[in-house]
Amino acid sequence: MNALKRIALLAALVASAAWAQGNLEINTPAISQIKSGMQARHAQLAPHYASGAVGLGADGTVALRDASAVPLAQRQAVQGLVAQENADRAALYREIARANGHPEWEADIRNTFAQRWIERAQPGWYVQSGGQWSRK
Amino acid sequence: MNRALYALLIAAAMLSGCVTINIYFPAAAAEKAADRIIDEVWQLKKEQGAKPEGKQP
Repeated sequence: MNALKRIALLAALVASAAWAQGNLEINTPAISQIKSGMQARHAQLAPHYASGAVGLGADGTVALRDASAVPLAQRQAVQGLVAQENADRAALYREIARANGHPEWEADIRNTFAQRWIERAQPGWYVQSGGQWSRK
Repeated sequence: MNRALYALLIAAAMLSGCVTINIYFPAAAAEKAADRIIDEVWQLKKEQGAKPEGKQP
């Protein structure tokens, strides 16, 4: 009986240790590089989130949802920012999946990020769900 | 001793169960990872733990 208990305890310990490893690897050079690019770009994008020109899409991207909120002279620059941001985001999702040895997780990671970006968006920013834009 | 062998088999089954689980997408871990990256990109948490002395006066 004692042996049984010990083995059960050991099994439980090993099982919990395996569960505790539930962290995704996000500290690779590639991921850090993408992250710092996005961080630098955020300073430029933030005013456009606030004005409603740019919103957080349901698919983990950003979108120019109201170009008229941007002065004509700046419109092209904002479009460029949005395109660069989306390229970085796609690369980020792909790199996280790859860094964890599961490239097939990319879509799941994208969906997780999409939910978290929207969940954590600041009040006043526009977010998309079910094809509809709404203001937080 | 049959009993110990039985328990060993159960332990082995539990272990292999864990290995199997890791093949599925770890949604909770992904959420945590996403939040950490969002914190940094949006700079929601200043002093990302990079400075040991913590907050500046």
